[in-house]
Amino acid sequence: MALATRPRTTTRTDRRPAGTAARLWRSTIGKKTVMAVSGAIMLLYLIAHMIGNLKVFFGPDDMNGYAHWLRTLGEPVLHHEWFLWILRVVLLAAVLAHGLAAWQLSRLDIAARPVKYAHRGRRASYATRTMRWGGVILALFIVWHILDLTTGTVNPNGESGHPYENIVATFDTWYGNVIYAVAMIAVGLHVQHGFHSAAQTLGAGSRTRDRALRATGNGLALVLTVGFLSVPFGVMTGIVK
Amino acid sequence: MNLTLRIWRQQGPDTDGTMTTYEVADISPDMSFLEMLDTLNEELILRGEEPVAFDHDCREGICGACGMVINGQAHGPERTTTCQLHMRHFSDGDTIDIEPWRAAAFPVVKDLVVDRSAFDRIIGSGGYVTAPTGSAPEAHATPVPKAAADTAFEHAECIGCGACVAACPNGSAMLFTSAKIVHLNSLPQGGPERESRVLDMVATMDDEGFGGCTVTGECATACPKGIPLSSISTMNREYLRALRKGA
Repeated sequence: MALATRPRTTTRTDRRPAGTAARLWRSTIGKKTVMAVSGAIMLLYLIAHMIGNLKVFFGPDDMNGYAHWLRTLGEPVLHHEWFLWILRVVLLAAVLAHGLAAWQLSRLDIAARPVKYAHRGRRASYATRTMRWGGVILALFIVWHILDLTTGTVNPNGESGHPYENIVATFDTWYGNVIYAVAMIAVGLHVQHGFHSAAQTLGAGSRTRDRALRATGNGLALVLTVGFLSVPFGVMTGIVK
Repeated sequence: MNLTLRIWRQQGPDTDGTMTTYEVADISPDMSFLEMLDTLNEELILRGEEPVAFDHDCREGICGACGMVINGQAHGPERTTTCQLHMRHFSDGDTIDIEPWRAAAFPVVKDLVVDRSAFDRIIGSGGYVTAPTGSAPEAHATPVPKAAADTAFEHAECIGCGACVAACPNGSAMLFTSAKIVHLNSLPQGGPERESRVLDMVATMDDEGFGGCTVTGECATACPKGIPLSSISTMNREYLRALRKGA
């Protein structure tokens, strides 16, 4: 089949004893698994977040009441705001694991194809090609989003306990709308490829199921993007004010 | 047909290469792509130039030796091996770009010839069934369910040509490795080594410097034998299962 120019032993009797987690992280499939699981956690959060955002269409009392309820969630078992803090820790761990695995895998992937073809052939879909930069855009967006609507640092209103007013203040600015729209389109593209990719990584892919998985990914991407963008759209059109 | 060819010429593994332009005339549409290159090489030899080095063997689409990227596509515009690609798929006056497989794990030996022995090492690390040699056993001794036999056969069709690696933007060998793992792990004969096979072959695949899978699907599109993309998912499932079982 090929020329043997690099002699190397082919038996793997030297397999080092290592824990399952270490072996998982060491392999490309394992790193992809970490990406798939952390991605799934973030996706579930996004779905809940998007549905919660729609409260904005029922007025300030509903929205602010919902935001307050989130802080009391789990009481009396959990202390005030503990649920939110647990969620934040889980999400932070998911973002860091997702990013670290993506960074390491990307480096391996780029090193595995050091020479480009002179003739550029067909290219993969836009969503597939923009996974890496889309991820970077989303990471930057999360920083801005937290400074804007969680801490209120960069929010024009920035009043703690009044998310409805803060949301309206953000989407009353042109840059707030632009940053948000770009990020939500990036979310849609990321989910469109990411959902199917995660399913494939976790071993759920099969010839009969592939179409359903792709359709689910497309559907989720569309619902998330439209759902999230409905809020700035509502503010722009004066439905939410 | 008269054609302009732009072919990657590289003297050896450690020298720089370049795309070099050649003109070929009076090419018959019934020629195979390799016969067209033979025509070019005969002319080059007559002119006292070095012929273009390329791998080829059976020339009937079953050995997997011939591999080159034609106009940016592994094995060219048809879903077949280069030897089974005919010149009728091109038009008179076309310019055709011909490049070797590009992957860190497949270093160029000369011109269009790459060293694919990394594939051999992946197979050597688990792509077999350990059994006593001797006369062939009675075929009906081990019953194989029809569905398992079909799956195994479909994946046994892989000829190890390397088109999947060449087509993948990450130079990943996931489709190749999954073909052998699905082939053997589907069969009862492959059962005893089911876990060690997938763990060892994936470890070797990673060690050889192949990239990971980003589910672009380029591999399955380029595969002349139609190994499906979902095989990679099956391999992932087998890998995670083996890891859980702590083999």
